Amino acid sequence: MSSSIVQNKEYRNKQKVKDNFISAFIGFFAFVWIFPILWTIWTSLRPYNDIISNGVFSWPRHLNLDNYFTAFRKMGLTHYFLNTLYVTIPAVVLTLFLGSLIAFVVSRYSFRFNLSLLLLFTAGNMLPIVLTYIPVFWLYIKIGDLFGNRSLLYNNYLGIILVHVAFQVGFATFVLSSYMKTVPKEISESAIIDGASVFRHYWNVMLPLLRPPLAALGVLMSCWIYNDFFWALILMSQDSKRPVTSALRQLQGQYITDFNLLAAGAIIVAAPTVILFFVLRKQFVSGLTLGSTKG
Amino acid sequence: MKTTPANKNIRRRRSLSRNDRFTLAAFIGIPTLMQIIFLWLPALITIILSFTYWNGINVGDIKWAGLANYRNIFFGTPVFYEALKNNAIWLLWFTFIATPLGILLAYQIDRKIKGHKLFETVFYIPVVLSLAIIGIIWNFMFQPGGFVQGLMGRDISNAVSIWGNYSINTYVIMGVASWRHIGYIMLLYLAGLKSVDPSLREASAIDGATEWQTFRKIVLPTMRPVNIIIVVITIIESLRAFDLVYIIYGTSTAWPLLNILVFQNFAGQGISMKGAAYAVILLVLCVGPILLYLRSVFKEDLK
Repeated sequence: MSSSIVQNKEYRNKQKVKDNFISAFIGFFAFVWIFPILWTIWTSLRPYNDIISNGVFSWPRHLNLDNYFTAFRKMGLTHYFLNTLYVTIPAVVLTLFLGSLIAFVVSRYSFRFNLSLLLLFTAGNMLPIVLTYIPVFWLYIKIGDLFGNRSLLYNNYLGIILVHVAFQVGFATFVLSSYMKTVPKEISESAIIDGASVFRHYWNVMLPLLRPPLAALGVLMSCWIYNDFFWALILMSQDSKRPVTSALRQLQGQYITDFNLLAAGAIIVAAPTVILFFVLRKQFVSGLTLGSTKG
Repeated sequence: MKTTPANKNIRRRRSLSRNDRFTLAAFIGIPTLMQIIFLWLPALITIILSFTYWNGINVGDIKWAGLANYRNIFFGTPVFYEALKNNAIWLLWFTFIATPLGILLAYQIDRKIKGHKLFETVFYIPVVLSLAIIGIIWNFMFQPGGFVQGLMGRDISNAVSIWGNYSINTYVIMGVASWRHIGYIMLLYLAGLKSVDPSLREASAIDGATEWQTFRKIVLPTMRPVNIIIVVITIIESLRAFDLVYIIYGTSTAWPLLNILVFQNFAGQGISMKGAAYAVILLVLCVGPILLYLRSVFKEDLK
């Protein structure tokens, strides 16, 4: 008896040493991982001339936030941030709304094509996006011509919002429907017995129960849509209408020589999602979990 | 036997009022219509276009080409095989290096080793950044005047090209791709690990199992559903890999990938339906993993 305890203690001590070693090892890589970001921040705090005249590793003569102010002023970031808002908020709200509709019907009413519907949406989320570039572009122009206004969808926020919704709604549907399956059927049954209409059943009974996954998905999708810059490059012909991530891509070419300014711009554009992640980390993680661990 | 579910369905539908039936139809109809118009229809059109000649300007100019685009790709375009090779490198790297590292990292963090909270955050930050930002950040590392150039003792005036150096750029690209992928896999796996019963692990530790044995014999098997999803994500991500390389090289074929070839032929100037054919090839390669994913996710429903 006593010998096994001694053995155990020895084992634990050994494990402790090993764990410290592992910690140090991962810690080293964590530093390597964060380093490029730290370096970008460091660069953003120095004026360009400092590097030119004194070299990459020179000790800075000035450290200040000038580049940040200049970036806001010269790059017009505020304007681009607004563009991002015009796209992201409606896209996220619409995606969650439509996704919850499908998830609600599929999990609460038994139609023959329920599963096919769910498969259609989930598979749609995994299609290679490039498959749709040219047709979507043409579809937008044609639909625009049909209504006598070429920029009804093309070169318009509405168009970008709709493609984002079409691509993200599959994931939302999948996550929300698997969540709804865990909500007891009795809740729905009592709502139906009480004579609630389908709409009331959805709006007053189910939707409030969906708050946790909706919050999680909302955070995750805001991040994804915020970060996307491809659709805007294809579907927005006017630079001034592009969201901030696409604009940054554009500015990269424009300010290629003043990379301290560019560094400040990159940090400013990165800030919203990083802050979102820090503040709403629980939602972030549970959004991914809901979508992935349902086996 | 067969009539029973149908009968049930009819009864169900009858119990709904006209209003309710209308609401249900709208609930299903609107999202489905959107999904079809903006996603499935364009995908279908691309498949059809891959069998045509078209310069992307006038719809009237579309001409039937049969298999010509595919024949051209398979027999007349060496860069296609280069792209396939790069996609394969990407897949192998992710499968054997990046994904296992992400999983091991998740395992260690889940054991709550010292500093696990900090590690989790640090490794996940790259995942929340836009590729537009990632491109800039890594340029600061590699471009003239960047950190790595500084380490090599080179200033802006005598800098060397790292992205353009063919003997190393594959490794550099894989490194930057892993920078993002490892954190993503880590977080997915970490979420799954929380559901593994801790007493199982304690029991195996008391029985004298080594760390590695516990991981292989206890943790991996209980994580089967997550494992499948991670395998699928790894394959699909490798196949449609694109944005990172696009950020570095644009649509030039300095380091071709299938998706880059699509984009090169499909956007900007010089549109040709070879791009559509590339996209269809990509789709065909993705079908397997997509089906695997759907099957594992809807296992119960499909029975």
